[in-house]
Order: sequence, then C-alpha cells, then structure tokens
Amino acid sequence: MITEIGHFALILALSVTVAQAVVPMVGAARGNPLWTAFAGPAALGQLLLIAVSFAALTHAYVVSDFSVLNVAANSHTDKPMLYKVSGVWGNHEGSMLLWVLILALFGGAVALFGRNLPPGLKARALSVQAMVAVGFLLFILFTSNPFERIPAEMVPINGRGLNPLLQDPGLAFHPPFLYLGYVGFSMAFSFAIAALIEGRVDAAWARWVRPWTLAAWIFLTIGIALGSWWAYYELGWGGWWYWDPVENASFMPWLAGTALLHSALVVEKRDSLKAWTVFLAIVTFGLSLLGTFLVRSGVLSSVHAFATDPARGVFILGLLLLTVAGSLALFAWRGPTMKSGGLFQPISREGSLLFNNLLMAVAAAAVLLGTLFPLIAQAFEYKASVGPPFFNMVFVPLMVPMVVAMGIGPLMSWKRADLGPALRRLWFVAAVTLGALAVTGALVGETRLMSMVGIGLAVWLAGGTLVEFAGRSRLDPHRMARMPRGAWGMTLAHLGLAIAIAGMTGAGLWKQEKVLTMQPGETARIGGFDLTLDAVRDEPGPNYAATRGIFTARRGDDVVAVLSPEKRVYTVEGRPTSEAAIHSMISGDLYAVIGDPQGDGYVVRLFWNPLVPWMWTGCLVMVVGGALSLTDRRFRIGAPKRSRLRGAARPAE
Amino acid sequence: MKRKHKRLTFVAIGLLALGTATALILTAFEDSIVFFYSPTQMTEKPLPPDRRLRLGGLVEEGSVARAEGSAVIRFKVTDLVHSVPVVYEGILPDLFREGQGVVTEGRLVAGVFQADEVLAKHDETYMPPEVAEALKESGKWDDIRGAMTHQGPPAVAAD
Repeated sequence: MITEIGHFALILALSVTVAQAVVPMVGAARGNPLWTAFAGPAALGQLLLIAVSFAALTHAYVVSDFSVLNVAANSHTDKPMLYKVSGVWGNHEGSMLLWVLILALFGGAVALFGRNLPPGLKARALSVQAMVAVGFLLFILFTSNPFERIPAEMVPINGRGLNPLLQDPGLAFHPPFLYLGYVGFSMAFSFAIAALIEGRVDAAWARWVRPWTLAAWIFLTIGIALGSWWAYYELGWGGWWYWDPVENASFMPWLAGTALLHSALVVEKRDSLKAWTVFLAIVTFGLSLLGTFLVRSGVLSSVHAFATDPARGVFILGLLLLTVAGSLALFAWRGPTMKSGGLFQPISREGSLLFNNLLMAVAAAAVLLGTLFPLIAQAFEYKASVGPPFFNMVFVPLMVPMVVAMGIGPLMSWKRADLGPALRRLWFVAAVTLGALAVTGALVGETRLMSMVGIGLAVWLAGGTLVEFAGRSRLDPHRMARMPRGAWGMTLAHLGLAIAIAGMTGAGLWKQEKVLTMQPGETARIGGFDLTLDAVRDEPGPNYAATRGIFTARRGDDVVAVLSPEKRVYTVEGRPTSEAAIHSMISGDLYAVIGDPQGDGYVVRLFWNPLVPWMWTGCLVMVVGGALSLTDRRFRIGAPKRSRLRGAARPAE
Repeated sequence: MKRKHKRLTFVAIGLLALGTATALILTAFEDSIVFFYSPTQMTEKPLPPDRRLRLGGLVEEGSVARAEGSAVIRFKVTDLVHSVPVVYEGILPDLFREGQGVVTEGRLVAGVFQADEVLAKHDETYMPPEVAEALKESGKWDDIRGAMTHQGPPAVAAD
C-alpha cells in the first residue's frame, strides 16, 4: 500500500512540476503577479510529493518488502540497516529517484529562502528548474520505475542482496554527495537561463547564484573525494584515481564549476565577464548531465561500470541534447545583449581570474575529449581507449601555469595591477620554493622532474596564499576576526589545494608496490617497514565469511601497527571482495591486501603510499574553506542594495 | 591600452592557451591511445610494434593456472574462435572468473600477451562493451548470452 502511495505521489509530482514549468513562465512574461507567485508553492509541493515518494521506497527497503521488484533485486534481510537504507540509491531506479529528490530540494530551497529575489527572476528560474525535473520524472516513470511490483505468486522469500562492493560506509554516502553536487549546479543553470530570458545579469544576480554554486561545489568536492577514498581502500589496487570515464564524469563538472565560482565573483564585484559566466553555468550543468548519462548508460568501458540498460542511456542522452542545445541556442540569441560594465587590464585580479577560467575550461575540454575519444573512435570503426598517460600529459602541463598564477593572482588589485609589487611580496616564497625544489631533487631518484614540479607548486601556492593572508590580516587577531568569511574561505581553499597537490605528488610518484606469495611467519620489507605475516584466520561476518591475514608492521624493532586485511565472500551474492588494511601516518599509508591461497601461502599485495593522507586532508580543508565562504555575511543578508554599498566600502578580496 | 588592444590581448592569450592545449593533446594522443583487439584480431591481423594493447574476451574455461610459489597467473582469453595466452603477475580482481568477460592491457611478446593490468569491474553481470562487440563479431554472442545466467536487465542489448 505504501509503495503504491509512493508511486502515486511521483505521478502527482509530475503533474505539479509540469504546472510549475508552464504557469510561472507565462505569468512572468505577461506580468501576472498571481501566476508568477505560483512558482514558490509549486516548488514546495513538488518537493513534498517527491519526498513522500522517496520515503515510500525507503520504507520498502527498511521492512524488506520483497514484493517490490527493486527491493527484491537489491536487498536482503541479513543486510545491516545502514546498507538497507543506502541500498535505496545503490541501484539505477533508486538513484534516479534520489536525483529528482535533490533537484526538488534545491527548488524548494529557492522557494523558501528566495524571499528577496525579484519575483520575475525567481519565477523563471523555478520554471526552468521544473522543466529539467519534468524530463527526469518522465524518465523514471516510463523507463525506470522503482515501485514496480512482482506478481504475488512470484514474490521471493528473500532478496538478491546488494553488490558487496557497495556495502561500505564510504560508498553509502558517495552517491548522495555526488548528486548534491551535480544537481546543485542546476541552480546556476536555471538562474542563467532565467537571466538570458530577462536579458539582465548584474551583481545581485551573481550574489544569488554564487552561494548555490558554492554549495554544489562543496558537495561535489566531498562526493569526488569520498569516491576516490572508497576506490583507494575498497578496490585493493592501492590507487586513488584512474582517469576512468566514470571518474572523469564527476571531474569535468568540478572543473567547470570551479571556473564558474571564480567568474561569478568577477560578475559580483566588477560587473564584468557576464556572458562568459552565463555560458559557464550552462556548460557546468551540461557536463553534470553528461556525467549522469555516461554513468547510467554504460556506453564507455569503465572499471567502475555496473550492468546497464542502453535504452535508458538513450533517454538521458535525449534529455542532455535537448537541454544543452536549447540553452546554447538561447545563449547565442540573447547572450550578445549582455554588455559588460567593468573594464579591466589584462594584468589585474580580473585578468588572473580569467586566466584561471581559461585554463580550467581548456582542462575540462581536454578531459572531455579524452573521455569521449573511444566513442568518437567507434564511429570510425576503431576500438580504442585512452589511458592515464594521456590525461597526465595534457592535464598536468595545463595545471602548472594555473597554480603558479594562483600564487600571484590574489595579490593583484582589481581593474589594473602591476606585476612588480606583487612579485616583490613573493620573493621570500620564491626562495623557499627553490629550496624545496632543491631538496626534492636531491632526495628523489627516478621521478625527479615531476616530483620537483609537484612539490614546488605545492610550496609556491601555500606560500603565496599565506603571504596574501598575512598582508590582509597583518597577522593581527582583531583584523583576522573582522575579515570577511569569504576571504578566509579563499585562503583555506587555496591552502587545501596546495596540501592536496603535495599529497598527489607523493602518492602518484613515490609509491612502492610488492606482489608476492607469503607463508605465515615470513617477512617482507617495503617503504622502510618490515611486515610479518603472523597468521591467517577464518572469520565469520554478519553476511559474509572472511579470510583474515594478520600482519605486524615493524620499523626496526618497534611495532608500528597490526594490519588485518580480509578477503570476504558474501554468502547471498556469492561474490568475493578484498578489504585492504591501511595504517595511516603523516608520512604515508601502509597498505596490505590478501589474495587467494597459493600453495602453503597466500598471494599478498603490499604498498607504501606516501603522503596519501595529505590528499584527503587537502580536500577536507578545501571543503571547510568553501563552507566558511558560504557563511559570508553578504550571502546571508543578501539584500542586494545594502550589500552593494558595503561592497563599495570594503576592500576587494 | 585602448579597449581594442585589450580585447586583442585577451584573444591572443586565449588562442595561445588553446593552441598549447591542442598541441599537448595531439602529442599525448600519439603515445597513449590504446587499441582494443579481440583474440581473433590479435591472431590474424598484423599488430603495430611496441605498443600497449588491450585484449578482451572471455576467460577460457579451465585455462587459469598459477605458478607455484609466485604470484604469476596464466590464463587464456578467447572469443570462442581463437584464444590468446596471457601472463599476469599480481592479484586478480575479485570478480575474475573462468567463462566471464575480461579486458587486459599490456604487450604481446612472442605470441604471449604480457598483461600488466587486468581491468576489474564492480558487477558480475557487467560485460565490457568491447568484449560484447568482439563476441558478436566472432558469431558466438548468442551462445554466450544463453550460457550466462543474467540477473536483472541484460548487460548489453542483443541486437
């Protein structure tokens, strides 16, 4: 019964959403205040109905109602409660329902918190948001209905269980965060389309769009980091990024979204780069849709791929093409009318932000090309793939000038600046960077050049950021306390990137790996540690049976850690998974995986992964920076007029 | 600077960035495109020398053998017409099984494919699109589809 209510609520949501797409748009065009005001309540109604629908599906999972096909195919009574709930979005149908729920959540947030938005802009943005929702609701109801029942006589006694790789806390929360990010960019998109229709983009518009973009960016950053972390510890290959199509699918919107964040800043502060910002907003959401398509359709061979149904892919592709083509056509028609207000010299804060944008956009385009290349090749009857070397060769050289510029850009003033004074403030940082380069060069053997580049960039960026912070705060606690949160946010986010770059350099270039057969009692040496395999035991788990290896890691005679990797076989699904054991230290991770029995011993894979914790720390610091920036006064108060006055009186950041 | 000059500067910088990126992309493509071969193609066609290749097909039933005392594994990849022997050292992905689809990457040395990567997947009903394609070409796709016990929707549409 509850399941039917869920299905019914979803159909009702579709009809409300259709009304939300049409009525406010017409109202705003004709100047009918009643029709215009319909947008808010409709968005809230849509949110409520989709929430009911999602709750109904969650209920079916929690009580293990196996008469629902989706539950029977993806759940099991023995599964821990966390994974029963996360199983809701651990499959295609449920994850699409989560997608529209989040879309409605953002729409509802605009309806609730957007009281001081101009009514026309609000109505049009919510209407565009609803158009996207209509597409996806149709998609769910016609191709991926999660509420489908199994005929009574065929209801199974128990379910088929969830893919064991997904039964993991990291992955339980990875999809929701990723979707919050992807779908969050729909706000920037809807506002961009609304602005194109109205033919007006100004500082108030940017002040509205930026927090939503920032929120989406924070979620996407968390989502990508969680996914990478999960791949690192769960897949047992000791790696964290493979430039795999599915990973790229989430990374492209991140690149475009990061560019958008920075260009929206220029619109807000300087009333410039308007058309470019609108274009970026469209591209960012377009890439989010592309990401959804790539993951859900399985057109590309991916290590992260799940069984998929191409018919569904075609539907999403249609939605994608319609959205992108429609909005770009609108952009081509209305975009040229947007006149930029603030002029600026190439050497200026705006200039450096534009430079950042340019490189981010080119990098996103390069990743896009590499990701779609197999599809392009297929059209010419070739079967080919593009591996990590391609992405490293293209992406890294693009990021080098960007990070160098990141160290200088924040020191430049708006409108026009001189490189001279900015560089003079950085002489000390340059000296430290050179020192770091020399030390790295002396310590590292094989991968000297790339290691020097990576560590040099990290030190340069951290130094430049700290110099900017010191200059702004004059290291005076009172001044620091009064600094706008946005300024704190920038400092932290840039520092976070510096930490992450150091981590990626270490993890990517200095990794040590050993694959060998070990018998209990034997010792292997890696990364300056001695790992002894003490014993191998069989351990039962709640819904799996595990073979657990016990390693003692010693440095000299001191015991550093005990590592217990497991090989699990999930009883219901009959599938094995490897659970790596990781001991994290500031200097890096010791990482052990146990494989199949081999003679009297076991195949084991041991890694020394230097600086890996720095990557996760760096991402976390970036996220904290973003969150601080989000709480900036100018977004909370948000009244454009007052802020504009304040903005003029305040030093530009 | 006049407005016109300024715009020209931006355009020039933009073009420079694009040009650099294009050059980077083209050189990178040259070196890092990995072509996919089915066992039949690998047996019958001349191969480009000194290139990394991908080989995909099914893991031949009964072909997986481990060398005693080391982590070296030998198996054969087949499209049911031809098969190619593969050597790999390391831990195989969890879902590696005989009779299932697999994609490996490495080099062909004297008729033996030296794989340094065996691509894992997260879902046992998943069939890499290239492998499905290769099996369709070898005319054995229908046999496989019948033999594989799919749960849920088909991994790849039969057309």
